[in-house]
Amino acid sequence: MQTLTSPIEVTEKTMDKPFLVIDQVSKVYPTKTGDYIVLDGIDLSVKEGEFVCVIGHSGCGKSTLLDMVSGFNTPTSGQVLLNGKAITKPGPDRMVVFQNYCLLPWKTVYENVHLAVSSVFPEKSKAEQDEIVRSNLHMVGLDEAIDKKPGQISGGMKQRVSIARALSIRPEILILDEPFGALDAITKEELQEELLDIWEEHRITVMMITHDIDEALFLCDRLVMMSNGPSAKIGEILDIPFDRPRDRAVVMEDPRYIKLRNQALDFLYNRFAHHED
Amino acid sequence: MTTAPARPASPTAEKAIEIFQSLIPPVICSSATLLLWQLLCSGADSKMPGPIKVVSQTVGTITGGFSETGIWMQLLNSLTRVGIGYVAAAILGIAIGVTIGVNKFLRDGFDPLIQILRTVPPLAWLPISTILFLQTPKPAENAGIFLIFITAIWPIIINTAVGVQQIPKDYTNVAKVLKLSGKDFLLSILIPSTVPYIFTGLRIGIGLAWLAIVAAEMLSTGAGGIGAYIWNEYTSMLDDSISKIILAVFSVGLVGLVLDRIVGWLGSLVVAE
Repeated sequence: MQTLTSPIEVTEKTMDKPFLVIDQVSKVYPTKTGDYIVLDGIDLSVKEGEFVCVIGHSGCGKSTLLDMVSGFNTPTSGQVLLNGKAITKPGPDRMVVFQNYCLLPWKTVYENVHLAVSSVFPEKSKAEQDEIVRSNLHMVGLDEAIDKKPGQISGGMKQRVSIARALSIRPEILILDEPFGALDAITKEELQEELLDIWEEHRITVMMITHDIDEALFLCDRLVMMSNGPSAKIGEILDIPFDRPRDRAVVMEDPRYIKLRNQALDFLYNRFAHHED
Repeated sequence: MTTAPARPASPTAEKAIEIFQSLIPPVICSSATLLLWQLLCSGADSKMPGPIKVVSQTVGTITGGFSETGIWMQLLNSLTRVGIGYVAAAILGIAIGVTIGVNKFLRDGFDPLIQILRTVPPLAWLPISTILFLQTPKPAENAGIFLIFITAIWPIIINTAVGVQQIPKDYTNVAKVLKLSGKDFLLSILIPSTVPYIFTGLRIGIGLAWLAIVAAEMLSTGAGGIGAYIWNEYTSMLDDSISKIILAVFSVGLVGLVLDRIVGWLGSLVVAE
């Protein structure tokens, strides 16, 4: 697999050093009937500019893992380091795109993004802040909807606002928690392509949770597959070797695509089949 | 609903018909009530005047109501008191509600006290508030205002505090990840998401305040207001007193309804999203 290095590693040697390090992270919740182990010794390092997807059945603790990167949750043992610094609480350097958008319904699209910009860059002038808000909304194609309230726009547009808000504050890592899970198939594909275009342009480090194998194969450099909880671990990591910039049609015709897809399916549905009880 | 699709009425005409139709049941039922009242009180030895007698005896009261001791001026007196006491209760109630809503220690600490005080009937405060303001220039007036304040503030505090605790996690997560300043959090997240709860409290508060003022004015001497007006008519008991009392009672109800609707309407303006 290492023969097919991604373009980042070829062009920028400095990015080889780990940027985000998840080091022996476990999460244990004490209960009356004994400890409930959600995550058991997770090790993962992500390079700067890398696009990583995490996949696993519901209840496997992938959201818990993501919450430890965003800082909403803390590990029971082990630590999460960004640029060598331990993550202890949420902050704008690890901006989250939530599954349910988390836009403020009483603010317009513009005001939602502006709140983030003015909070993170208070030293910038009004004109500079305005420029940042407008350019980021332009990037996700929302020039027309700038004065609309979240209640007046579609789910896809809401998630675009959420992505614009996240990118507008220039986070070091972008965290996406099943961002397209609530969207219809067509909107979902559109947004995946837009996200990929934006990523190509900015080469921001991305960590994304998904349920969708095809989405992960199209987007990411590495696919982290988690075993079932309790005591979830990283089961396997797939390198996704397709050339960038990616084109969906080309990727899907690649013979390696079927192979990787089967590998992921086999992992999720045979080796770690999810049994509803 | 049963109109033929062949001739659709214009939107305004449809609206007019709708309003007209919605008026039919209240008109019929109110008329029936008036009729029954008239029949029950039409006996020669009836102590209660019927509706016709009430109207004929109060025409002068209605038209002359704007003199200094007239019914409308007294109603205005009461409204002014409620206005001052209620606005003070709203400002302080929201401030206290937000404070105990965000601070668990204060919330747990003050909860028992608030739970006890909120169940105190308004009139039970009257002796205390009278004594409290005995030395002020207008003791009865100020005692009334304080009574309104102390009656209306509890539902406002409680509902505001509940609203603050009910802020959806979605919004607090945004605040956390953006590290919003206290001011930004208050203005952009806390207040907007708490407003519906605040208005629930304000609406309960205005109802209680209006209930309290009439009773308080009946009991305290020299305060004036619509409550005193009713009480004066009751004690003098002239030929037309009962009619005047009925008019006053009806007006109190009407004003109470209008106050409730105004607060509700303000709420719908602010909350409309």
